[in-house]
Amino acid sequence: MALLEIDNLTVEYPTRFGVVTAIRDVSLKLEPGRIHGLVGESGAGKSTVGAAVMGLIASPGRVASGSIKLTGEELVGADDNLRRGYRGKRMAMIFQDPLTSLDPLFTVEDQLIETIRHHLPFTADQARKRALTLLEAVGIDDAPRRMRDYPHQFSGGMRQRVVIALAICTEPELIIADEPTTALDVSVQKQILALIRRLARRHDIGVIFVTHDIGVIGEVTDFVSVMYQGEVVETGPTELILGGPQQRYTKSLMAAVPRLGKRLPRFPTPGGDIGGKGGDDAEAWLLRRDETSTSTAVINAETANQMLNVDRITVEFGPGGLFGRGQRVRAVDDVSFAIGRGEVLGLVGESGSGKSTIAKSIVGLVRPDSGCIWYGDADLCARDSNEAGAVRHEVQMIFQDPYSSLNNRWRIGDIVAEPLSVYRLAESRRQARALVASVLDLVGVGRENMHRYPHQFSGGQRQRIAIARALVARPRLLVCDEPTSALDVSIQAQILNLLKDLQARLGLTILFISHNLPVVRQMADRVVVLRNGRVEETGEAEAFFNEPQSAYGKELLAETPSLHLLGPVIAMI
Amino acid sequence: MASLARRWRDFTLNNEIVYLWLRAPAAQIATLVATVLIAATLAAPLVAPTDPFDLATFSILDSFVPPVWTDGGDPRFILGTDDQGRDLLSSILYGARLSILVGAAAIAFAVVIGVSLGMIAGYFGGWLDTVIMRVADVQLSLPAIMTALLIDGVARGILPAARHDDLMFYVLVGAIGLSLWVNFARTARASTLVERGKEYVQAAEILGVGRFRILLTHILPNIRGPIMVIMTVDLAVAILLEATLSFLGVGVPASQPSLGTLIRIGNDYIFSGEWWVVAFPALTLIVLIISVNVVGDFLRDALNPKLR
Repeated sequence: MALLEIDNLTVEYPTRFGVVTAIRDVSLKLEPGRIHGLVGESGAGKSTVGAAVMGLIASPGRVASGSIKLTGEELVGADDNLRRGYRGKRMAMIFQDPLTSLDPLFTVEDQLIETIRHHLPFTADQARKRALTLLEAVGIDDAPRRMRDYPHQFSGGMRQRVVIALAICTEPELIIADEPTTALDVSVQKQILALIRRLARRHDIGVIFVTHDIGVIGEVTDFVSVMYQGEVVETGPTELILGGPQQRYTKSLMAAVPRLGKRLPRFPTPGGDIGGKGGDDAEAWLLRRDETSTSTAVINAETANQMLNVDRITVEFGPGGLFGRGQRVRAVDDVSFAIGRGEVLGLVGESGSGKSTIAKSIVGLVRPDSGCIWYGDADLCARDSNEAGAVRHEVQMIFQDPYSSLNNRWRIGDIVAEPLSVYRLAESRRQARALVASVLDLVGVGRENMHRYPHQFSGGQRQRIAIARALVARPRLLVCDEPTSALDVSIQAQILNLLKDLQARLGLTILFISHNLPVVRQMADRVVVLRNGRVEETGEAEAFFNEPQSAYGKELLAETPSLHLLGPVIAMI
Repeated sequence: MASLARRWRDFTLNNEIVYLWLRAPAAQIATLVATVLIAATLAAPLVAPTDPFDLATFSILDSFVPPVWTDGGDPRFILGTDDQGRDLLSSILYGARLSILVGAAAIAFAVVIGVSLGMIAGYFGGWLDTVIMRVADVQLSLPAIMTALLIDGVARGILPAARHDDLMFYVLVGAIGLSLWVNFARTARASTLVERGKEYVQAAEILGVGRFRILLTHILPNIRGPIMVIMTVDLAVAILLEATLSFLGVGVPASQPSLGTLIRIGNDYIFSGEWWVVAFPALTLIVLIISVNVVGDFLRDALNPKLR
């Protein structure tokens, strides 16, 4: 008998706009000790499947039809008390954010013992012993001492280990893992994935593994169901689905996944490309380098090919103000690198490595405590420098979160037009409007949308609007800080294609910042690897990805989920 | 016609506040009551039976006429008359008009001061923030009524006595406004802190948009929701403060009675049987305050998804 059998499950949410079907006719079967992946883009309904199994569909949502059987026992329509008894005992859940899924007011020991004693007939001493064994099993060093700590005293990865210990403490048969590694760095992700896999095998636990990341699916699952708009489009053994997808949607999804092994000129987009058409006026205007450009005045031979030179900058954060005291933290420590004209430089590193702080220093949001940043002959860090002011518009930035980078109260035509009025780049209102319209065409949003507000656009379109705003300032250097990290993989492919196209058409120089090595692989000509605010390695992208020189670079590459299961891109289309 | 109906339906579905309002009977009733009351009082010169400020229109002989439905009522005076023979309904309409005008002007004053200081404190931070918010803390440790009394008293001492009657309106607005700005400053500061961290503000900073222009064109439109909520709730507080000051005899001059003045006058006759002189102005004040408060609470809930 299968551990979990889901049959034609349909979940509906009545809303004021009518009934929304979150998932429709989803079926899957899970055997003990196996890991079944649910993969899909945001809104595909993958988390809803997990919530339905746990009986956690929030009112007014409801299971409209179908059945969920746990070892043959029907759960849909079952008594609430019965299901509550099963939750935590027979089925457990691991959430995305380990910080919010633990109670900050209780020690790890208290939380484990409470759960164990609630579900199993243990004395406090027995429960404590069991808690200790579990913490050791999930790889917490010095467990007897650490178990008396509070959740905030653990790092993100350690915290997720505690959550896993909590999930397995009652010997459940089934675990629902909902994006359990999404909030973690790759090095930690690798360990957590290995842990989940080992526990599933050893304790014969069936795992439903929900994720948006194809790489993680390839790393950890035995079977996979690909979901799209609430339906399962394709299901089967992981290596078969990843290696040779049959359905159109699955193929386009796989084709959009950036590969670590090889750099492609652009991503294949079977659904057709958006943008790149029209916008000729804007292109001509952006390419015209006339009196508005000041930085080209004096160029000596040595720096002729350098667009930007970051020279030993250090940035510290810490308490300041009237009553500030305490330790200052060095976010960027003596970092130097240069970007050549027309080059794409990839800046990679894990969270806390200082990537974003460097980006902010370059665009002038943060002033380095020491060192300088040379843009041509202008020092961008000089206080109240006229030179810096004159070239400021040539350095623009694209942000990570397109939902917060646009002012929701402004029409997008006004958002894109703002740089024109700030820098007085247009001769008349009419020219400004014409330029904005043309730039919107250029980035693939369409001039007819000028009068709409940001909330009427999807994440990908918003990012295009943000790119349009940066372009209108006539930049020569574009700083992109994780520009696709908040986007689905197919949208990411389109945005990366757009950036590549714009770079080719306008001769832009790009500083591309990302924690995602496969994405950097597809974009960068050269890479700079950061760790704890220091440069670990600098080199040509081709050489770095083939044979990293530093130990840390090797480690990073090894920890990135490999996509060896994926077939060649050409076969996908 | 059909498309008009559809557009109305889309509008009621997509506009969060309209959608929720149509499903909140309490808010609907309160909005209706507040609107009728405020409209009637603002239009007092048009709708009131007599002008209570015009000495020629009333006679001392009509004093203490009870309401029309009781024994001895007079159809000319629906709610009866006061000690000087003035029509109570007209007095209430004119009095509430003055109360609402003082309240609204005081709130406008408090918003301008509070929101500007709060936004500056939140956006610039550092010592400016420290100084502004410590002043606000000191202000908050004094009861609003005490601040208002203090400012009122000082103003009375400074201003020439002959012009008291003309200037009292402004003194009252200033006194109430200055005692209520802290709420706006705190809310504006907290919201500005949130917005300042968002990337659209950083995008404007990178463009080199001036700091005050960022505050006015980018941040202000995004923090107006919570400020509007406080405006509604504090409008009730301001009207109450005005009534309290007038009741204590330090508000508007007696020749131009506000609701508070009317209640003070009526207070003298509670135990001599002329209950209506105090009851109707007080009732008006209560209904006005409650309806404005219910509307304010509705707005607060509607604009704050966490409370839903």
